[in-house]
Amino acid sequence: MEACGLHCTKIKNISVNIENQEIVKNVTFDVHCGELTMIIGRNGAGKSTLLKALLNEVEHTGKVEFVDMKDKKNKKIKIGYVPQSLNIERNMPTSVYDMFASYISDKPVFLKKNKELYETIKQNLKIFGADKLIDKRVGNLSGGELQRILLSIATYPIPNLLILDEPVSGVDRNGTRDFYEILSKLKDKYDMSIILVSHDLELVKKFADKVILLDKVVKKQGTAKEVFESKEFKESFGTI
Amino acid sequence: MEVIYNFLEIILPFDFMQYAFMKNAFLAIILVSPIFAILGTMIVNNKMAFFSDALGHSALTGIALGMLLGISNMNISMILFAIIFAILLNLVKNRTSYGADTIISVFSSIAIALGLAILAQSGSFNKYSSYLIGDILSISTTEILYLTIAFVLVFIFWSKLFNKLNAVSINPMLAKSKGINVKLIDNIFAIVIAIMVMISIRWIGILLINSIMILPAASSRNIAKNMRSYHGFSIIFALFSGILGLIISYYTNIPTGPMIVIILGIIYFITFGMKKLVNK
Repeated sequence: MEACGLHCTKIKNISVNIENQEIVKNVTFDVHCGELTMIIGRNGAGKSTLLKALLNEVEHTGKVEFVDMKDKKNKKIKIGYVPQSLNIERNMPTSVYDMFASYISDKPVFLKKNKELYETIKQNLKIFGADKLIDKRVGNLSGGELQRILLSIATYPIPNLLILDEPVSGVDRNGTRDFYEILSKLKDKYDMSIILVSHDLELVKKFADKVILLDKVVKKQGTAKEVFESKEFKESFGTI
Repeated sequence: MEVIYNFLEIILPFDFMQYAFMKNAFLAIILVSPIFAILGTMIVNNKMAFFSDALGHSALTGIALGMLLGISNMNISMILFAIIFAILLNLVKNRTSYGADTIISVFSSIAIALGLAILAQSGSFNKYSSYLIGDILSISTTEILYLTIAFVLVFIFWSKLFNKLNAVSINPMLAKSKGINVKLIDNIFAIVIAIMVMISIRWIGILLINSIMILPAASSRNIAKNMRSYHGFSIIFALFSGILGLIISYYTNIPTGPMIVIILGIIYFITFGMKKLVNK
């Protein structure tokens, strides 16, 4: 798909050192709006650390620039984030409303529910077909349900760049496929750039506009076809 | 104060209410219980039970250092030391990849050993040994006033910042992406716990303060389905066991603190048994 050409997120020279160990080195790539960029790589390749750097969660060098292509000016970027997991256990007394409201509002969730806020949250969950889950406890949701709710939180308000760290387990193949389809629709509808760390290479082939093969450095980037047929890909994953 | 005393005598026409110390203790309990009940909800969710325990232990060092430095008001030196202790703990916890429990244990051990060493060496351990068990019946009218102020402040703090605390607790990175200052929130919470523990420790005691903070919330978590019922049950359990504990201790000569904790313990096991029924 063609990028809309109006905005571009430039990731420039990101390096992360933790306790004198180079985890990520000189990562540079561009993300255009309406593009789904998927990051792949073996375990320990620095995928999650790279996302943390993009979110300013770890000390790093390099920067993230958000450029308006019309006037070439840098703007402040709004980043939405979908985490890999939550610190929530089964039966914990946190409902979906409690969690959602905590991230988007200061109206205390331990007091009476705020009707207006409740409706806003419900409407936003509805976009992802999750409005019926609003009073369920977060700890009792299935992996797929949780993913949709986290996506709903991350896209309220609509960000310029959406960053997703896909869970390694807990969501089945069909769930992941549904999720990728939602993402595809989302990027078209809102002209959003999406960066996704993915573990399902088959689905990457099908959905990614751009693939980045990471192993501390960017080993290879391009379309799924280009990356999957490269010798760097074979070095990381063997032949599949 | 007279008005409140008279009011208490009218609504609670029992013979124990004729004593001023019982009235004060009663007031202290209805002020302190809800505070610890709500702070406890987040301490339990954040798995900070060990952290608040260590804070309690740091009281001894606070007293000892206050004595060494010649600070006349022990409350001030205790609170100051506890705040430094709490922030330092947070800092070290975030900096290392060790398990948080190990770090906290190291801090806690040093705090209690240092406190005991200094107090014993200067021969004033006996004077402060009452801090270990605490005595709620010794609370004075001025102290009730301080507690009332603390009560109001904690409720304001909770209404303003609870959502952010909850957001950080569920996932710090997600909270950060929503513009929440994670470290600041963490530190403010630790400081509030430190202050509350220190102003209450003389009546509840180092050994039991953590139980009073953790047990109501832990029991509530067994049966609550959302944040509203989580807070509601926690406050009810804390008030119920506090008041009942005070009354039983009056008639039986069992110290108040331990009595309250025994009741809280019983509630915990009842709710634990109900857990399966509730979660069907």
